[in-house]
Amino acid sequence: MADKHILQIKNLSVAFTQYEQGLRQMELNVIQNLHVSVREGELVAVVGSSGSGKSLLAHAILGILPYNCQAEGNIWFEDELLSSERIAALRGRKIELVPQSVTYLDPLEKVGRQVRRERNQESVRKKQEALFDFYKLPLSTGELYPFELSGGMARRVLLTTAMMENPRLLIADEPTPGLHLEAAKKALRHFRTFADQGNGVLLITHDLELALEVADRIAVFYAGTTVEEAPVADFQSVDTLRHPYTKALWRALPQHGFHPFPGNQPYAKDMPQGCPFGPRCPQLTPECEGPIPEQTIRFGTVRCIHAE
Amino acid sequence: MELESYSGLLTYIGKSIIKIITLLIAVSILSFILVSASPVDPVRAYIGEVGMANMSTDSLAKLEAYFGLNTPPAERYWNWFSDFIRGDMGASLLYRQPVANVIQVKFMNSMVLMTTAWIFSGLLGFVLGIVAGFYRGRWIDKLIKGYSLLVASTPTFWLALVLLMIFSVWLQLLPIGLSVPIGVNAAEVSILDSLRHLILPALTLSVIGIANITLHTREKMIDIMGEDYILFAKARGKSRLAIIRHHGLRNIMLPAITLQFASISEIFGGSVLVEQVFSYPGLGKAAVAAGLGGDAPLLLGIAVISAALVFSGNFIANLLYGIIDPRIRRGSVYE
Amino acid sequence: MNKPVAVMVLQKTQKKRLNQRSQTLLYLTFGSFFLVAITVAGTLMGELAVTTSFTQKNLLPQLAHPFGTDWLGRDMLSRTLKGMSLSIYIGLFAATISAVIAAVLGAAAATLGKKVDAVITWLIDLVMGIPHLLLLILISYALGRGTFGVVVAVAISHWPVLTRIIRGEILQLKEANYIKIAEKLGQGKLKIVVKHMLPHIFPQFLVGLVLLFPHAILHEAALTFLGFGLPPEQPGIGIILSESMKYLALGMWWLAFFPGIVLLATVMLFDLIGESLRKRIDPHSAQD
Repeated sequence: MADKHILQIKNLSVAFTQYEQGLRQMELNVIQNLHVSVREGELVAVVGSSGSGKSLLAHAILGILPYNCQAEGNIWFEDELLSSERIAALRGRKIELVPQSVTYLDPLEKVGRQVRRERNQESVRKKQEALFDFYKLPLSTGELYPFELSGGMARRVLLTTAMMENPRLLIADEPTPGLHLEAAKKALRHFRTFADQGNGVLLITHDLELALEVADRIAVFYAGTTVEEAPVADFQSVDTLRHPYTKALWRALPQHGFHPFPGNQPYAKDMPQGCPFGPRCPQLTPECEGPIPEQTIRFGTVRCIHAE
Repeated sequence: MELESYSGLLTYIGKSIIKIITLLIAVSILSFILVSASPVDPVRAYIGEVGMANMSTDSLAKLEAYFGLNTPPAERYWNWFSDFIRGDMGASLLYRQPVANVIQVKFMNSMVLMTTAWIFSGLLGFVLGIVAGFYRGRWIDKLIKGYSLLVASTPTFWLALVLLMIFSVWLQLLPIGLSVPIGVNAAEVSILDSLRHLILPALTLSVIGIANITLHTREKMIDIMGEDYILFAKARGKSRLAIIRHHGLRNIMLPAITLQFASISEIFGGSVLVEQVFSYPGLGKAAVAAGLGGDAPLLLGIAVISAALVFSGNFIANLLYGIIDPRIRRGSVYE
Repeated sequence: MNKPVAVMVLQKTQKKRLNQRSQTLLYLTFGSFFLVAITVAGTLMGELAVTTSFTQKNLLPQLAHPFGTDWLGRDMLSRTLKGMSLSIYIGLFAATISAVIAAVLGAAAATLGKKVDAVITWLIDLVMGIPHLLLLILISYALGRGTFGVVVAVAISHWPVLTRIIRGEILQLKEANYIKIAEKLGQGKLKIVVKHMLPHIFPQFLVGLVLLFPHAILHEAALTFLGFGLPPEQPGIGIILSESMKYLALGMWWLAFFPGIVLLATVMLFDLIGESLRKRIDPHSAQD
């Protein structure tokens, strides 16, 4: 097994500067101490509920956070520790973002030109046409404006934007919004193919069911951090899972009885002491309010002192 | 491209034209009502106090009939309107000439002034607004924004006075007022001389005009910079310059067009004040003279013409919008 | 890879010395103080503003007369303050009237159905079609000029922009989920308007009012400057500036300079207050 890492993230933290009631400015930690990694040939899914700040993870890796954000952490790409300058050099070349909807295309520019990044050389044009052909888009699609694309066409156009520069890593942020499982699976097969060629894909999604269908490993995102990273095989049974939140997600899946889980993720402003999942956890003990180290159990990692 | 793909544009233009015509008629009715409601007596304004005393009741009655004081307002409006359609706007009491002639001369003068200011303030405001919006929060943005906020609060007529003081009184570089030097026949005025008289009024109008265009362009630019497609362009590794060139400029064009043509109304307002300070013989000065001198036909004529100018500006903006925005041109978003 | 490495800083935020909210508060305090000071001083100095003194004619700015004196020996500082306080009274009155008109029309357009909406939108286009200053001249002319004319003209011509904003806000609110839920729960129309809509619209209205105020002041001064507004015996800022024109060629710059600066400062202060209040209530700039 080629165990070489394409992407490795350690201790990533992202904070917003915001105003509270009154005049105080405060730091809002939306992501803290996040670890995640993608190896060659792997499709890794980061799964977390909507509005939990997952998109910021993608933006942090690409160095495109809003200006009132602060970010720190270590990111290795193909074993090179990245500075913000190196990130700027790699994005759009070796690391590509596949956005979630057509609003990420300039509404006033024809899509062919956008895919070519406004370049018009013969070779670039050839490549764009070859990619359109590969993704079964009629060549005339290049002359359309984004608002003239159907949903399926738009998704494929967005994919071609990423493929123009032969990237090593794709970051896909909710690439199949609003699609039902079968259609989404079909839409994601291109990502699977890309990974199988020895590249890496980081899929960011709220949909565990979908992630289980296409991913090799799942990183579970809760309240700004990854609480568990596990091979897909571990999701066969609830007993092979490590974190109580992952187990709760598992039980909420339709095929496992649709058990809803009470409570909400804590808002970044009123994060509990210690384990962020503590207040909702059935296994809560006083020790959970202390530091929660990451432990490795059976080829996966978990942040829970009760995990076994 | 075949004509069919412009079908959206054609209906769009047709609707705009109908809307403008109805609005213009409404403006003329509103102005007519306002002018007619005035307690200023047109007969008195026409012949003056002394003339009134010497006038026989017979001649007075004739004049009253001439000004239509005895006909009902609706009929008077209709008479005015049907004359107007034929190009007759009545007679100016102040200039003792047909209003159409007065307006024609003044209009040309004002157009030179306003166009100069419009182009300068438009171009500079556009560039400054884009730079400030793109570098939001940096020192260059603070500088541009600070300047614009300051100028946006500056009374136009005061700035005109200050510039007059600096350039004409202290430095004595440029003439005080009067676009035609006293004692010189208007026809003999050289182009250079007219230009010298144009500089200060145009400068005042431009300086004031820049502020608003800059502030609005800046806001729009900030909105655009927050759009998903700009974020994606960054994610694709495009340089700042490429992002401005390919996405910033392309998308700021639409709101900028609206802003530019909407600014016509503001520039007209500014020109009224500036023409007054510099004694520039344009529509604005004529409007003030008409208002102060009780010259109702001229005031009415200027109101309608200026509204026509504003509405044509809106129309051209809509037209350009339709041509540039593929969503209108290819007729899908707007019915 | 397991050897410890220093944490990389990937992005830093620029810290501001003064945050937006403190700034708003600062403007607001300073603005209110300024407003009260000018109106009080202007009202108290009313006598001084018209007192002539032939021994003190055409004086340059100096300690006894910081803004100098005019050709009749009147103190320009008291004239300016008196004029500014007049402008502020008129501005406050006119802005309030216009804002109320805007609130009524905006709410009517948004709630009374398509036809009413079309009529009001059309009215806005109509009023905005005539250049504002020309419209002011027309209204003032219709009312026979003078103080009454300028007050009415400024008061009834500033509503279109705010009407649009309020109309848009209410239309957006009507689509908001919580309003729809309240409707579904069978809450009465009046209760929805009072409990859910007003608290949302009121800040918009207030900011609109504050932002109308500097416009109204500038327009009053401009109209007076052109000769349509306050009568010459009142020391309005417009009157002061238009009188100063005659003495400009004689080099009496202070007659125009200082009154204009005070007018500019007042307008700018209230523009800044309005803008920073607007930013406060605008969710788009919550992190600004």
